[in-house]
Amino acid sequence: MREQLPALIVVVPLLAALASPFIAYFSKTLVRWLSIAAISVALISSIGSLVHALTQGTWHYHFGNWAPPWGIEYVIDPLGGAMAVLISFVSLVVAIYSGPFLKEDTWLKKGIFYSLYTLLTTGLLGMVVTGDVFNFYVFLEISSLTGYALIAAGGHRATVAAFRYLLIGTIGASFYLLGIGYLYAITGSLNMADLVEKLPPLIDSPVVLLAIVMFVVGLGTKMALFPLHGWQPDAYTYSHPAATAFIAGVMAKVPAYAVLRFFFFIIGSAAAPVKAALEVMGWLAAVGIIAGSIMAIAQKDFRRMLAYSSVAQIGYIVVGFAVGNTLGLIGAILHIINHAIMKSCLFLVAGGVKWRTGEHTIEKYAQLCRKMPLTMGAFLIAALSMVGLPPTAGFFSKWYLVLGALEANMWPYVVIIIISSLLNAIYFFRVIENIYLKKASEPSEEVKGSLELPLQMLVPIVVLGLGILVIGIFNEQIVSQVLLYALPGGGN
Amino acid sequence: MIQEFLAGSLIYWLIAILFLLGIYGILDNNNFMKKLMAMNIMQVAVILFFLVLGQKMGGTLPIMIGHDTNVDHYINPLPHALMLTAIVVSLSTTGVALALLMRIQGRYSEIEEDDILRRMNK
Repeated sequence: MREQLPALIVVVPLLAALASPFIAYFSKTLVRWLSIAAISVALISSIGSLVHALTQGTWHYHFGNWAPPWGIEYVIDPLGGAMAVLISFVSLVVAIYSGPFLKEDTWLKKGIFYSLYTLLTTGLLGMVVTGDVFNFYVFLEISSLTGYALIAAGGHRATVAAFRYLLIGTIGASFYLLGIGYLYAITGSLNMADLVEKLPPLIDSPVVLLAIVMFVVGLGTKMALFPLHGWQPDAYTYSHPAATAFIAGVMAKVPAYAVLRFFFFIIGSAAAPVKAALEVMGWLAAVGIIAGSIMAIAQKDFRRMLAYSSVAQIGYIVVGFAVGNTLGLIGAILHIINHAIMKSCLFLVAGGVKWRTGEHTIEKYAQLCRKMPLTMGAFLIAALSMVGLPPTAGFFSKWYLVLGALEANMWPYVVIIIISSLLNAIYFFRVIENIYLKKASEPSEEVKGSLELPLQMLVPIVVLGLGILVIGIFNEQIVSQVLLYALPGGGN
Repeated sequence: MIQEFLAGSLIYWLIAILFLLGIYGILDNNNFMKKLMAMNIMQVAVILFFLVLGQKMGGTLPIMIGHDTNVDHYINPLPHALMLTAIVVSLSTTGVALALLMRIQGRYSEIEEDDILRRMNK
C-alpha cells in the first residue's frame, strides 16, 4: 500500500467525486463525510509522500507501470509534496466548513456541489504531483472547469462572472497548450525530467523562446498576474460562499507553482530568455502590487477588497521569482503557503459574517467583535499577517523577499514591498476600526444560540487563524527542514 | 522557394492567423454567444497545430503494415492522442459555457455583455 501513496493523492478524491451524486441520492449527510474522508486520505497520502521525498529523495511513481518518457509519471519532490499537503489541508478545512451552507439544499444540489468540490481538489492536487506537462494541462482543465461551475453556483451575478472567467481562462489554457506544443515540437518529449535533459542545448532556439512567452501569458492569466487579472475580482466576490475560501486561497497559487516548476526546474533560470521573462513578470507584478492594493482600498465590499488584495499578493510571489536567489525563492514559496492560509481564513470569516448577519459591506462590520469574538480574533490575526507584523506568518515571507531583493541589489522591489505593506495596513485597519472601535448604528440584537457560528464553521476559522501563528512561530523549522530542499538544486 | 513555403510553413501561418482571429473575436464581440464561438475557433487552431506537428511527408496511418518497422513510414500518433483529450476538454468547456449562457439568458433575457454588466452593477 505504501508504495502507491502518490497515486492515492489523486485517485481517491477522483473516485469520491464520481460517487458523490449517487451517494447523495441515498443520504444527504453521508456525501459530505465521503468528501471529507476522501480529502483526508489525500492529505495523509500527501504528508506520507512529502516525508518520503524529504528522507529518501524525490519519489518517481510510474502510473500503470509504464516507464517514462512514454508513460505518465508522478513526481513527488519536496516542492510538489509541500504544495500537495497545503492544497489538501486547505481543501479539508473548507470542506468541513461548507456544511451549514448546504443544509437546506436538495440532494442533487448537495451531491453535485461535493462532486465538483472534490474534483477541483483532485485537479489542483494532480497539477502539483504530475511529472508530465500534458497531464498537467489535463488537470489544469479539470480544476478550471470545476472552478467555473463552483463560481457560477453563487447566484446570477456569479454566472456572468463565471462565463467571463471561462473565456479568459480558456485563452490562458490554450496559450499553455501551445507552449507545450512548441516544447514537444523541438524536444519530442512531454516528460518533465526528460525535458530537463533535452532542453539545455536548444535553449537559444526561437521555438523555446516562443514557448516561454506562451507560458508567461497562459500561466499569468491563470494566476491573475497584473494586468491579466480582470476576471478575478468578480469571480472571487460572487462565487459560492462554501467554496470561495478554497477557490480564492489555493486556485491561483497552483499556476504560480507551475511558473516556478517551468522556469526554475525545467527550463532553468540561467537561460537568457527565462531571465528576461522573469524580469518582465517581476515588473508587472510590482505594478500589480501597488495597483491591487490601491484598488483594495477603494472597495466597499469586504470580499471584493480581499479579491483585489489577492492581485497584490500574487505579485509578491512573482517578485520572489523575479529576484530569483535562494532568499527570494524561499520568500516566494513561503508566501504561496502563507497567503493560501491567510486568504482562506479571511474568506472563511467573510462567509461566516454573511451567514450570521447577511452583510458583506465593510461598514456593516461595526461592533462585530461583540457578536463574533472568536471569528474576529481569527480575522485580526489574518489581517495582521497580511499587513506583515511579526510573529504572524506574513511577516516572515515578506522578510525573506526583502532580504532576497537586497542581496540581489533590486532595491525598487524593496521599496514596493514596503509601500504596499503600508497600503495593506490602510485597508485592513479600516476594517479593524469598523469591527472594534466604531459604534453600531442600530443596537445589536441578542445572541441567538450559545455559539457565534455553528461549530463546523467556527473550528475551521479558528484552526486557520492559529495556523497562521503556528507557521509564523515555526517558520525557521519549515524553511530549513522543508523549503530549502524544495528549491532548484535541492538545498545546496 | 515558394513550394517550400507552401509545403512547410504556410500551414503554421494559417493556424497562427486562425488562433489570433479567435482571440480577437473573444475580445471584440459584445455578444456572449459570439464570444463563445470565437473561443471554439481558437481551440480548433490549437488542435490543428498539434495535428500538423504529427504530420510527415509520405507517412501513413500509424498501424503496422506487414513487418515495416521504419518510423519514417508512419505519421506520429502521439499528437493525435493528445488532441483527443484536448477535444474532450474543448467539448466540456463549450458545454459548461452553454449551460452558463442559458442561466444568463434566463436571468437577464439577453446575452449582450455591456448591458448585462450595467445591470449587474446596479
